[in-house]
Amino acid sequence: MKTAVIVFPGSNCDRDIAVALERVTGRAPAMVWHRDTELPEGVGLVAVPGGFSYGDYLRSGAMAARSPIMRAVASGAERGLPVLGVCNGFQVLTEAGLLPGALMRNAGLNFVCRDVTLAVDNAQSAFTRRYAAGERVVFPVAHHDGNYVADADTLDRLEGEGRVAFRYAEPVNGSARDIAGVLSAQGNVLGLMPHPERRVEPAHGGDDGRRLFEGLLEVVGA
Amino acid sequence: MKLRIHVTLKPGVLDPQGKAIEHALAGLGFQGVAGARVGKLIELDVAEGTSDAEVDSMCRQLLANTVIENYRVERA
Repeated sequence: MKTAVIVFPGSNCDRDIAVALERVTGRAPAMVWHRDTELPEGVGLVAVPGGFSYGDYLRSGAMAARSPIMRAVASGAERGLPVLGVCNGFQVLTEAGLLPGALMRNAGLNFVCRDVTLAVDNAQSAFTRRYAAGERVVFPVAHHDGNYVADADTLDRLEGEGRVAFRYAEPVNGSARDIAGVLSAQGNVLGLMPHPERRVEPAHGGDDGRRLFEGLLEVVGA
Repeated sequence: MKLRIHVTLKPGVLDPQGKAIEHALAGLGFQGVAGARVGKLIELDVAEGTSDAEVDSMCRQLLANTVIENYRVERA
């Protein structure tokens, strides 16, 4: 599987996710600069990494969501291309309108940086197919703006359509209905605050995140 | 032409920063502060003749996230 990692000024998990993708797919991803206007030919997965793109100016992810490459990401997503946004990547995808809702300042106002337990809510998606529904997994979080907000109708719709991929199994940031990760209507876009790419080998303290990438590899094909 | 764009959280959206400010004011001994909401003020200097529709478009496309925020344009 050919993959691409989008790099914005201020991204800082681009290397982490590139290493995880290389471990799982056997090929180094293309690193695509935010000013580029096209994705490399034949890419089967786009990762929008964590970090502090544009220093979180205006709102987290707001500037990055309007950068030239995001038009190509949006049109790919529309065609069904899998897009994974982690942490700041999730913020960018909501700001770009590829996922509903918004990520606000954590309820406790603190930057939260620790391992958290999540429950897999939907184990049918391309991203979660290697997990069992209800399974508990541990991924690290490191964010200040992870408090997921959407209106009640949107939350009901997300839950009704099985678009909540992961929920926090413990209090973390005040997210509505403990939502940690959401899927697009087509199911090919996932945004989540926790970092699966920082849990892909035993030296990371666990490898719960690895199956997310392995599942994608199965769906997209080698 | 100078514009001031006021970006505020929609009613009903919880504002943890506003809550913290409310509590801090109470901690300083100010009684009777029943609420605090934090917003943004963006000052723009735009070309004369910039239409309302264009300014509205700027707000919708970038300056405010209409999922959680309202905006109001003030012509200075």
